[in-house]
Formats: sequence, C-alpha cells, structure tokens
Amino acid sequence: MKFDTPATTNPIDQMKIVGKPTNRIEGPLKTTGTAPYAYERHDVAANQAYGYVVGSAIAKGRIASMNLGEARAAPGVIAIVTADNAGKLAKGDFNTAKLLGGPDIEHYHQAIALVVADSFEQARAAASLVRVEYARGKGAYDLAAAIDTAIKPKASFGTEPDSAVGNFAAAFAAAPVQLDARYTTPDHSHAMMEPHATIAAWKGDKLTVWTSNQMIAWSVGDMAKTLGIPKENIRFDSPYIGGGFGGKLFNRADVLLAALGAKAAKRPVKVALPRPLMINNTTHRPATIQRVRLGATADGKLTAIGHESWSGDLPGGGPETAVAQTRLLYAGENRMTAMRLAVLDLPEGNAMRAPGEAPGLMALEIAVDELAEKLGMDPVALRVLNDTQVDPEKPSRPFSQRQLNKCLETGADKFGWSKRAKPGVTRDGRWLVGMGVAAAFRNNLNGPSAARVRLAKSGVVTVETDMTDIGTGTYTIIAQTAAEMMGVPLDKVVVKLGDSAFPVSAGSGGQWGANSSTAGVYAACVKLREAVVQKLGLASDAVFADGKVKAGRRSVALGDAAADGELVAEDNMEYGDLAEKFQQSTFGAHFVEVGVDAMTGEIRVRRMLAVCAAGRILNPKAARSQVIGAMTMGAGAALMEELAVDKRFGFFVNHDLAGYEVPVHADIPHQDVIFLDEADPTTSPMKAKGVGELGICGVAAAVANAVYNATGVRVRNYPITLDKLLGKLPDMV
Amino acid sequence: MKSFTYERVDSSAAATAAFARTPGARFIAGGTNLLDLMKLEIETPQHLIDVSRLALDKIEATPEGGLRIGAMVRNTDLASDARVRRDYGLLTRALVAGASGQLRNKATTAGNLLQRTRCPYFYDTNQPCNKRQPGSGCAAIGGFNRLHAVVGASDACIATHPSDMAVAMRALDAAIETVDAAGKARAIPIADFYRAPAKTPHLETVLAPGELITAVTLPKPVGGTHIYHKVRDRASYAFALIAVGAIVQRDGTGRVALGGVGYKPWRVEAAEAALPRGAKPVADGLLAGAKTTHENAYKLPLVERALAGVLAQAKG
Repeated sequence: MKFDTPATTNPIDQMKIVGKPTNRIEGPLKTTGTAPYAYERHDVAANQAYGYVVGSAIAKGRIASMNLGEARAAPGVIAIVTADNAGKLAKGDFNTAKLLGGPDIEHYHQAIALVVADSFEQARAAASLVRVEYARGKGAYDLAAAIDTAIKPKASFGTEPDSAVGNFAAAFAAAPVQLDARYTTPDHSHAMMEPHATIAAWKGDKLTVWTSNQMIAWSVGDMAKTLGIPKENIRFDSPYIGGGFGGKLFNRADVLLAALGAKAAKRPVKVALPRPLMINNTTHRPATIQRVRLGATADGKLTAIGHESWSGDLPGGGPETAVAQTRLLYAGENRMTAMRLAVLDLPEGNAMRAPGEAPGLMALEIAVDELAEKLGMDPVALRVLNDTQVDPEKPSRPFSQRQLNKCLETGADKFGWSKRAKPGVTRDGRWLVGMGVAAAFRNNLNGPSAARVRLAKSGVVTVETDMTDIGTGTYTIIAQTAAEMMGVPLDKVVVKLGDSAFPVSAGSGGQWGANSSTAGVYAACVKLREAVVQKLGLASDAVFADGKVKAGRRSVALGDAAADGELVAEDNMEYGDLAEKFQQSTFGAHFVEVGVDAMTGEIRVRRMLAVCAAGRILNPKAARSQVIGAMTMGAGAALMEELAVDKRFGFFVNHDLAGYEVPVHADIPHQDVIFLDEADPTTSPMKAKGVGELGICGVAAAVANAVYNATGVRVRNYPITLDKLLGKLPDMV
Repeated sequence: MKSFTYERVDSSAAATAAFARTPGARFIAGGTNLLDLMKLEIETPQHLIDVSRLALDKIEATPEGGLRIGAMVRNTDLASDARVRRDYGLLTRALVAGASGQLRNKATTAGNLLQRTRCPYFYDTNQPCNKRQPGSGCAAIGGFNRLHAVVGASDACIATHPSDMAVAMRALDAAIETVDAAGKARAIPIADFYRAPAKTPHLETVLAPGELITAVTLPKPVGGTHIYHKVRDRASYAFALIAVGAIVQRDGTGRVALGGVGYKPWRVEAAEAALPRGAKPVADGLLAGAKTTHENAYKLPLVERALAGVLAQAKG
C-alpha cells in the first residue's frame, strides 16, 4: 500500500481498541520470567558452549604479539577466535570500527579474541590467560582540544551539516538583545538493562542467531556483508529485548563473535558482553560542544538564531546532529546552523535515544531561558511568541500539526507555573526551590514496514513482522491495530515479532517504530479484509466487528472465511512525498521543579510534568510509560550521567553501573504526563507519530533552568553536579 | 575468575587453623565485594574459608555499658537493632545510607570494614594501580579522580575507603576484636585499624595474615544528636562524594568523622574542640594538609558547608 495522500476516515478511527490504555499483552510473560531473552534461550539449540570476549587494553595502536598457548591449555577451552584465524571479514555498513580488531586497534575494549569453553566460568578464566603485547599508538581523546581540527562532515541520514537563511551575522550584530553562550554535553551510555547477547548456531552454511537487536533487516544485511555469505543464509531471531535506546540498532561484537565462535567450535555458542564492554566496546552518545547565539528585538521577537555544534568520532564516523531541531523550532528570519566533526579515538559514537535533539535541546533550551531573562520575559511567553507554523528555513512547507504553544500553555497551567519566583528566593527549609521549563521537539520519521496476517478458522488473527519490541509496547499496539482492523477482541490476536523470516518492518529506532510498524499491519489487514470479503462473497463495504463480518442483512463469523484453509495476506506500507510537503514533527513542553540543598548544592528533582502533542496516541498507557522513562533519562542527563574520559589512555573510566550513575527511584519522586488530543492524517492511516524519544527532548534543559531559578547559578556544562554550584551558592549563616 | 577451593568452618579457631593450612586463603562472609573482585581477577585467592556461619551473629551488652557486635551481624540487622537505633543512631543512619537493601541483607559488620576501594582504575585490570598490582603506578593521579582522597593520600595511591558504617564506628570510638592463628585475641581501636597508603597501598589494615575479626565493640553511649549526611550525585545507591557523621551535644561540643575524603574514615579529635565555634575551624582542622586535584578540590568547601548544615540541623 502506498500512503501518498492524507488519510481520510478508516477503521482505525473507530478507536474501540486503538487509543485505549491497554496492558501489555506480553506483560505476564515478562513479570513471570517466561519471556526468554537472548542469553536465556537454552532450548533453541542443544549443546551450547560459552564464549567470552577479550577486549583491547589500549585505545589505539597495534597488537605486537598475541600468545594463546596458556588459554588454549586451560580447562574446558574448545576454540579461540582472533582476527588471525577468523578468515576474511568485511566491515558492516553500520559499523565504524571493526567488530573484531587486530592487529590494528581502533578503540579501547575493541574485541580482539573470543574464548569458547564448555562453561562460562572456564571461558572467562581462560580469557584472562590470552597474553597480548601491544604497541601503543598516539590517539586523540579530548574533544575540546580537537575542535580546531574539526572538519565539515558529509550529510548524515539526510541531514546536511550546515544551513543558512537570511543574513545571520548582520542580524545578530544588530539585535538589541543578544545571547552568545557555549554549552557542553558529555558522552552518554545507553545503559540498558539487558546486555548485548547472542546465541549462534550453524547448520551447514546456514547461520541462525538468537540475539537482542532493534533493527533486524539492517543487521542481517550487515552480518551477511561482514561474513561474506548471502543474506538468505542468515536468520535473526529477537523476540524480546531488554532495552536498547539505540545501543542495539546495529550488530556488535557479541553477534559476530558468537557466529565465528560457533563455526570454530562446531557447536552453538552464546556470548554476552559484560557491562564494562557495553560501555567501551559498543556505541555511545557522543559529547558535544555547542555555541548558541540568539538575537531578539526588545519585545522578544527572535531575529537571529545561530547554533553550532562540535563532536568527535572515530575515522569514518559521523557527527552528533545537535543543531537539527534549531532549524525548525522557532521563527526568525536570519538563521545559521553548522556541525563540525573531529577525529577522536574513543569508542564509536552513534545514536542514542533522540540523537541530535536530546543534546541539542540541552543547549538550545538553556539559551532560550537565558534570553528570556535578558529580555525580562517569562520563558513560556518568549517561546509562545516565537512559534512558527511553517518550516522556518522553507516557509512553503507547513507543519502537518504543531501544538507547541498549547503544550506550553497547558503545562504552565497544570504545573502552577505562575507561582515561579525570581531566581534564588524560594526556600523550603534547607532547600532552595526553583521551576524550569523547556520545549520538547523531535521529528517524526516514517519508514516502509511490512507485515503478514493470518486468519485461522478459530477466528484468531496472527500477525508476523520482523518488527521488534524493545520494551516499548510494540506487541500490544500491533495487536490493537489488528484487532481494530479485523473487528476482533484483543485476545483473538497473536503477534509474532523479531524474526528475519517474517516480512521486513521499519524496526525500532528514531521513534519511528510505532507509527510505521502499525501502518504496515494496517496495510496487511486491509488486504486480509479484502480476502475475507471475497471469500465470503460479501459486499466490499462489509463491516468487521464483534468477531463477525456484516454486510446488508448477512452476518458471518470472521473465522468462517478460513473454514477451508487459513487466509494469509501480506503487504508493505510505503510512503509518498507527504513528509516533504509537510514538516512532520512532535512537540512537547517539560516543566520541572527542583530543590537544591543550600549548603551542599545537592540537587533533587521534586516534580516533573510533560505535555506532549504527538499525533494519535495508540496506547496511552504504553506511551505514558515511554514518556516517563524518557523524562527519567533526561533527569539523568541533567544531573549525573557522564562517561568520564581518561584523556591520557583514551577510554571511558566509569565503565560499570556503579560508576556510570543513572537515576534511581529515590531521584524521581513525581512525574505526570499529558497527551494533547491529536490525529495527524499526513503521517499514516494510523494518524500517529513517534513519542518515545520526544519524552527525553528538552528535559535536561528544564532541569538546568529549574536549578538556575532555584539558585541563581547558571551551569552550562552537563551534568549539573554540585561541584559546579558550590562556590556560587548564596552564603549561609 | 581463577579456580579456587572452598571450605566452610564452624568456629573461629577452625577458621584461623584453616588459614594456617592454606596461606593465601581469604575469609568470605557476605561476599558482596570479594566475589565481584574475584570475577574481575582483582583478587585471586586459591582458597576461600567461609566464616558466614560462625556463631558471631549476636549483638550483646558489654559490662562497660556498651555493645559487642558480632563480626557476622548483617548490616540490616545491625541498623535495625533497637539498642543501636536508640543509643547509636549515627550507626543506623550511616548503615542505611549505604548500598541497597539487598546488599545490606548480605553484608556483614566485619566485611563492611574490610571492603576495598571503589576507585575505577582499581577495578580495571588493564590500568596501572599500586593497590592492585604494587609498583605498577597510579592511574587515578592525573586521571579521573573526582571521587578521590584529599587527605592522607600518597604519591602511590589516592583511593578512598568506601564504607559509611566505618565513619559512624570511628565517631563512636569502636574497637575491633580479632583472633589470630595462634588463638591470641586483641582489640584494635578503629583509629589504628587502617594503614596509610604511603608506598604500600595494597596493605590496607593492621590485620596480620589469617587474623580474623570476631566482633566490633562500642563504648557506652555518649548521648547527643546523631546526624549522618552522605553527599552524593544521586539520591541513593551511590558511594559518598563526602559524608559527615556527627554527634553534637546540647552545649555544642561533639565529634565529627568524615567519609569519602581519605583511605579511612577521617577523624581529627583535636579539631573537634572548635565545634562550638562552628564548621569552619573544625573543617580546617579536619582537612589540614589536604592535597587536592583539579577534579576533587570541591571536597574541601563541600565538607565545610555540609558540616555547617549538620550543625544547623543539630541545633534544630
């Protein structure tokens, strides 16, 4: 099905099942420990051996020598895979560094060997007996020191590095009110609960991997390229995923090394990355240095908007697209954005929840707060004043829907924003109290997505697609979609995901999964409805409801259409140019209240509210869960999350969950989420958009602005830890 | 993890005798730290002597009016003991500020005193660390050291001791009772228990090889208001940036011990005389001779301000 004109009324608009706050259909499996995650799939292949990854001890240089003798002789060892004996391997399109390094080393903890043994303990013990001599090379590890060497990168995922409209320099110079400030955001780790893990087994030249992966088709293609075998010979299966946040968009060392290990050991091999390897072996959100310049008239109209961002990555990598939202968020006639990329020899940078917007808004939305203060304006009013209903760089393109102002105004009302006082004056015992606001913005992306639906005689509808559920609720919204389309209750729908044998979906990433994958299911269900009607000889305007198909005076049980054999339909949703004609984005407003210990500078979030406008909300319960999770992640980015770079040795030092702190329950006392009532007919027949990444966008800036309001101390370098406040807090008696 | 052998003993005498038979063995109780260190091969004992079932799990009154806390008393049980809560509130507050409920259920009193530093370089066996591998150097000096020591450190090591419980024990003048391989018992004041890193940071306490902690004793209660303020980046489940444990009497006199600033719970009795005059002179005395890095210099003003907050709270 091709979606190239805005949706009109369709069966989803009934909203009998779609749009209802629905418990997860796979929830009981998860809460009873019976949803098997990759490393636990003991039953899929007999005689599994255990692989343990050896990571490089240096960040850059060469392996001078590698002695496997002791490790080979260790108890239980079956095989050891290294670049020397693995055969010819290509690099996947989605990988920047090789998944199996050597003799050249590209980053710290790059995998250089896999030791396979009969037990996990044997593999781990033998891994420490792999003797490696390194020739340490000179690397670049300090972004601030490297920005002078940064270059203009090529466009990444369609995002050009630069943009310019009007005459920014002149308008900024002439602006009566100016802000020019620099901000920094550190490297972040996805820190999802489930590690990267894979079980691999070969049958002849056919490989099956049971793994934890967000993007099945991408990863099958990359594995085929890496191993030099046809895609058709590879099957991925990833039905349950314990979090990804972008860290599992691509193959990592576990997948490749499990496959190579299984080949070498001639039996199935399982590999999980221990937590330290998750941080230095896999990808992370790159640090940024950002400069924001805003020029405004005395009454707050933006006349000049400039945003530059510097980030680093390994050779061949890409920039963090931190200026992306600034091209679209506010009106203003004179604009410039620019991204520059330096070479850093740290582990590979890549997408993490809301790549671009998350760190970009961390800077931009403090800048707007700073400008509001210079203007003596309320920061909500300043944002409302500078709203735009068209793409400010291409005014002929309207936003498909844009209710940013309503998000801000609704939030201000519900949060009690009018009680916000000037900085540094509100006290609650030992706490300095403040409120902050920030806009949330994240583009909506659609991707082609296919699904197959099967109707059984029993009336049960089974959906098959290689779509993944990374903890977001995909199983449930797909079931809701199929149930709505086919007129059956939710418990008559079975959803099967994550298997590369199923039709290729959009996958989970970039908050495109929900709308895209359900639209694919919609397309397949439209075909199935046609098949049912034809089979039953009913008029084409038959109504599917209550497990029946009704046309005129006839009413037939749905399952009857499959009485003499299962009915199967498959389709792929594809998109025309609506996303070029209309700018499709999601919007929100975050409100945060913090307390800051007047003596120690300890910062504690007291309340958070998000108001989101993100198209039709397919399942308010799952969507709320996504948004509060994202708000929590944003609070972490604001207050504690930072991969500490050792600039001498080139690695992230705090490479476990004791050192890389993410919020705990005690950090997040009260959160609320409001969804505005929307349906966007330009996005798909579902009229939905993404929401899982919108929730993190702007949160950290809202926290930063609340800290400023509480203390009068402006911190522009994340995370906002107490040491950055301490010398500037009001003196205490 | 290296292969190791394991035995379970049922008396202190059997424990020390087992050690005499297998030099290089380690005692294990809750295992909340040692097992992690073994998995990472930071500790590689060839033999473990499990002392967790020794009958050292009682909290008893002493003839002097204090408490004797068995070495195997779990952190949770110690924190919730009615006598501890009533007379040694600082200890309860310090305990519950540490770790998580699950860990406190496993961790023992003796093991808590002996837990090792959380310096991230200590935990990464690719990096130099004099504590882990004597003579290899200290990666934390000149590296990421925001969490590291500001007092008592050396050119060989700037690691901190991570315990909250020990801070309270130090303020309460606890003594550590031990028995050695020959069956000889002694009591070590906690002030003398930890060794300065100097050139040998791998030697952390004055315990002789095979010497087993059997109990920790507390002198009779001293009254006063007991406050433990642990300062950290997140609200729970994090090691202290700094911690202030204080007992403040009505007349403004009292005691203060610090966590997160040195290789041991840090107390300078001479500095406490200044308590009635406020936080600054006390902090100055506590931190005399402090040596900071660019990243951890904030700990000095933080100690003073946190102490000022504690004193204000004590006044009510």
